[in-house]
Amino acid sequence: MRLVLAEDNALLRAGLIQLLSDRGFTILHAVDNAPALDVALQDPEAEAAVLDVRLPPGQTDEGLRAAIAVREKRPGFPVMVLSQYVEHLYARELLASGVGAVGYLLKDRVADVAEFVDGVRRVAAGGTVLDPEVVATVMARRREEPLDRLTAREREVLALMAEGRSNAAIAARLSVTEKAVLKHINSIFTKLDLPVGEDDHRRVRAVLAWLRV
Amino acid sequence: MTTELPEAERPPVGRGRLTAYAGLQVLLAVPMILLFVLWVVGGVLTIVWVGLAILVALVPVTRAVANLHRRMAGRVLGQRLPDPYRPLPDGGPMARLRVVVVDPMTWRDLGWLLVASTLGFALSLLVVLLLAAVVTWFIWWYAAAPLMQARSVLDRFFLSYSRTERLEQRVQVLTETRADLVDHSAAELRRLERDLHDGAQARLVALSMSLGMAQEAFDEDPAKARQLVEDARETTATAIADLRSVVRGIHPPVLADRGLGGAVQALALDMAVPVDVEINLPGRPPAPVESAVYFGVAECLANIGKHSGAARAWVGLAHRDGRLRAVVGDDGCGGASPDAGTGMLGVMRRLAAFDGTMALSSPEGGPTIVTLEVPCDLSSPKTTPSSAPA
Repeated sequence: MRLVLAEDNALLRAGLIQLLSDRGFTILHAVDNAPALDVALQDPEAEAAVLDVRLPPGQTDEGLRAAIAVREKRPGFPVMVLSQYVEHLYARELLASGVGAVGYLLKDRVADVAEFVDGVRRVAAGGTVLDPEVVATVMARRREEPLDRLTAREREVLALMAEGRSNAAIAARLSVTEKAVLKHINSIFTKLDLPVGEDDHRRVRAVLAWLRV
Repeated sequence: MTTELPEAERPPVGRGRLTAYAGLQVLLAVPMILLFVLWVVGGVLTIVWVGLAILVALVPVTRAVANLHRRMAGRVLGQRLPDPYRPLPDGGPMARLRVVVVDPMTWRDLGWLLVASTLGFALSLLVVLLLAAVVTWFIWWYAAAPLMQARSVLDRFFLSYSRTERLEQRVQVLTETRADLVDHSAAELRRLERDLHDGAQARLVALSMSLGMAQEAFDEDPAKARQLVEDARETTATAIADLRSVVRGIHPPVLADRGLGGAVQALALDMAVPVDVEINLPGRPPAPVESAVYFGVAECLANIGKHSGAARAWVGLAHRDGRLRAVVGDDGCGGASPDAGTGMLGVMRRLAAFDGTMALSSPEGGPTIVTLEVPCDLSSPKTTPSSAPA
């Protein structure tokens, strides 16, 4: 998988390059500023991008804007956005930029190498990976139709789905069997009136409904 | 009122109008004496409460009469005499009366009533008589303007603060807000120091200890070393989270990225209750104002989450007539008081540094509405991506 990488901190950039290339990714372009990122994202060879939100020269939310812009030009282009802090607002904007193939994680999560790389793979495969901190703020909100039809357990499952976890991982986390997780997920799909279709797509749609995008 | 020309650009007042003013002032002299007497009576009767009722009724009448003379004097002298009264609070009549009593202008009005209905009356009467006596017309022709000038200067002396007095008041306000601001900054620095000391700093110490012990255990007890490194990683994660929350408290990154509008939207999204946000800012306010208003809105929203029991809340941000205005409301139980916590007090102090104000309306049973206002200009709009669909 050929990646575009944008990170202005040289140490972190080197770390990410090593970490991702060790695990079978090819770093096509590694850039440290927004204009260079815009050029790199035009490369038709690129298959996905891992971007820092805050980039020179503006040091605000250039990475996020680049992510949204590239997904406008290339619908479904997988982007993993990393940030020193997470905002529910930014998660919504990212999710609104097309169905699936987005990730939004705190930079600290990179420390858990296996999980981080797994997240990038899931995003590249069209999945949605949200940081547990975003998920927690959404959990704290008062529930509204149709989500208040979900049981407490189903909500837990949905939250873990939003974090981009597989059925097996969800089962392990909740100490239940995979079959039980599957049952919960089917029940969530029914309660949210999601059309029958490819399972991955329904997962993403369930997460979107939950974030009210 | 707003369509009137500025005083300075108006033509000077003619003799006819001057005399009309004089006539009106003559006619008002008797009611003014009556007002003064009622003030004295009301003042004496305050010992049996009924006097308070008289005073409450007298204040608006006196002020209306005084304002009328302010306008006339302003026209004659070709300058605007501003309404000098302290703003009245929204509370009950007693709260309003308290502000009236401590307002020095109330007492100047009272003195003015006495002087205006004697010396002032004589000046105005002279103008009217010079015209009415027919044979003195030529005196009137020359004397009307200077006489009315004299009368207006007399009124201005009592009814308007002089430049020096206004400057003294301004210095007083600036001294107070500056002292508050210094206190506030010092308290903020202490809080930051504590947060860093108890949070990130303590965790980094623990981290260094874990790593030191791991280094020693590496050869003899690899399992223990592995556990210690694992601990160290967890401690690092908490230290980073601590630093993140400290940074948010100093200057939220989303405020830097998106400005006040975006940051308030982000705040609203994180609330447990649904919050309607309406933003009408064509540009960005200066950064310190942005930050003060942001923390003001954040404090209001936090209070809504903690105390109001509201099912809905709303935030409005707009800039009009050189003032940035933020309105935060909720449909909760009401009964909020700005003195209840230190939070709102801090917000008020922070806004006061920019001559900003905070007004709270929160009757029992709700709704609670907090209005923050700061005079400021907006810089040219910064291009931001269109916000996500609601």
